[in-house]
Amino acid sequence: MKIYKLVLIELWHRKSQLITALLAITLGIGVIVGIRSVAVVSEKAVAVNLDNLGANIMVLPLAASVDNYYSADIDAPTFPEDYVERIATSTLAGVDNMSPKLTRKIKIGETNIVLTGIIPKNELASKPIWQTAGLTGKELQTTCGANPINQSFGYKDEKLQRKAIDSIATDECLIGSNISKKLKLKEKNIVTIQGKNFKVAKVLPETGTVDDDRIFAHLHTVQALLGINGQISAIEIMGCCNAISDGLLSKLRNILPDTKITTINQIVATQIKTNQLMNKISVIFLIIVLFVGGISIGNSIWANVNERKKEIGTLRMIGFTKGKIYEILLLKAAILGIIGGILGYLVGTLSGVVLGPQLAGLNIEPIPIYLPWSILISLFISLCGSLIPAYLAGKIEPYKIMQEA
Amino acid sequence: MIIETKELTKNYHHKDGLVVAIKNINLNFEQGDFVTITGPSGSGKTTLLLLLAGLIRPTSGRITFKGYDLHSASDNKLANIRSKHIGFIMQNFSLIPYLSVLNNVLIPLSLNQNGENTKSDYAVHLLESIGLKDRMNHLPKELSAGQQQRVAIARALVNKPNLILADEPTGNLDPALAIEILEVLKQINIENKITIIMVTHSPTASEYGNVRVHIKDGSIII
Repeated sequence: MKIYKLVLIELWHRKSQLITALLAITLGIGVIVGIRSVAVVSEKAVAVNLDNLGANIMVLPLAASVDNYYSADIDAPTFPEDYVERIATSTLAGVDNMSPKLTRKIKIGETNIVLTGIIPKNELASKPIWQTAGLTGKELQTTCGANPINQSFGYKDEKLQRKAIDSIATDECLIGSNISKKLKLKEKNIVTIQGKNFKVAKVLPETGTVDDDRIFAHLHTVQALLGINGQISAIEIMGCCNAISDGLLSKLRNILPDTKITTINQIVATQIKTNQLMNKISVIFLIIVLFVGGISIGNSIWANVNERKKEIGTLRMIGFTKGKIYEILLLKAAILGIIGGILGYLVGTLSGVVLGPQLAGLNIEPIPIYLPWSILISLFISLCGSLIPAYLAGKIEPYKIMQEA
Repeated sequence: MIIETKELTKNYHHKDGLVVAIKNINLNFEQGDFVTITGPSGSGKTTLLLLLAGLIRPTSGRITFKGYDLHSASDNKLANIRSKHIGFIMQNFSLIPYLSVLNNVLIPLSLNQNGENTKSDYAVHLLESIGLKDRMNHLPKELSAGQQQRVAIARALVNKPNLILADEPTGNLDPALAIEILEVLKQINIENKITIIMVTHSPTASEYGNVRVHIKDGSIII
């Protein structure tokens, strides 16, 4: 009879102890796997949202703030459109795309809208989410520097990608989804803005951003309409993440000293904070599970040792060494740890898959690499928790059972 | 000679002072002896058995078993000697409650996996010889007291020991079952030439020994 068989039979014999011990370790590991699964998907979701948002660097007039830009006040400061040319003709690496804009708040009837002048293709390229609307017929990817399409935006001439491309007619506009609903406008409808008629070329899909309340028209048309020719409110830049880390902002400031250049800090900070929070929660739970799981398994093994004192004494009497007693108890703990790790992974993953869409609006997918990690952590907890009970079991003197009547 | 003691003494420290459990005992037994140890409660019978098994160490004196000095052997060495050469039969049977009859008999083999199948066959043969083959998949609680003690005897024999130490093996059995067990032990002793050292209160049981030792206050009277 092999030792592992003895351990398995004993485990099966005491099912309630087995279930109690497994429950503690399974739930602990399950919570960690669940949180980590949500965290990973959440990080990806934020990253995708950032990509969909497009631009991550804003060039604003020195006196303006991001709030001024988004509020599109009538007296919001502007700067010359020529600044786009300065960047385009520079040799800066990491400026994947630029989108010069002029924004002003206007009224159509009683409805407040933000009229935004854009250089169309640049604008579209810097907002990949719009690609799905079929505006370019080609989905752009925004993975920094990893994709040649992303680097050139489909243009063979590298210089051309930095030039403003005019592909929207002067009498056409794109409208945000909210504006479409408020003004009951559809494609090919005519809308009058500041006395000029525009044909609705496209209703943009909902983005959940301020863009949903905007009407986009060609920059030069908007400039003429508002009477501020040659001026823009901002340049949105899609900068490569690595290039930003390598000092792209300061290089831009050197080219455009009288402007304010900033990253979309709030979004980035939110992403970082969310990720940090999830990671902290994971670590806190890991520590709790290490303590609670270890104590729980240790307590279970210790109760088991007390219940089996007579049996352990018998085994010692017939020739089992202390080492063999340790082996029996630690093997039991290891089996509990491995099963607990596997069950914990399954419980955590299933919880994430089932509850993720309902509670967090995230589609959680199983992360297979967490299975070996779950087993290793669970095994570590079980073995650590069982060391003291196993040591004390080895000290049970066999002669005591001989002295029992 | 299989086992010998020289000036064997065992003292215990008690809150009321020093207790001399075994006092300068000199014994030697030959292979094939059936030794019975009798004496009143507290006379030191079980302590002597524990000393002979290497389960406790003497305060002074020597114990030699098959040439091994049990006094100076390490714990692991003593455990190894017990697993290979000594079988135990206890008053309370000391069976593992969750193991089947067969697995209880096989337990000592888990320490020596060589020739496991052969030894497993031997365990079945032992159960057959004591009339429990048809119960080998039962749990101990499903057996009578006499049957449980016979399982303990089979377990003591499975490693083909030179020595069986029995502590009141009939203490929990009615007289008829006690005779049955004693007959089994006697048969083992004669057929296999295994030395049996049995502690007992029972005068009837003591009659089975060809060597009889009576202890009183830690010393041998007879």
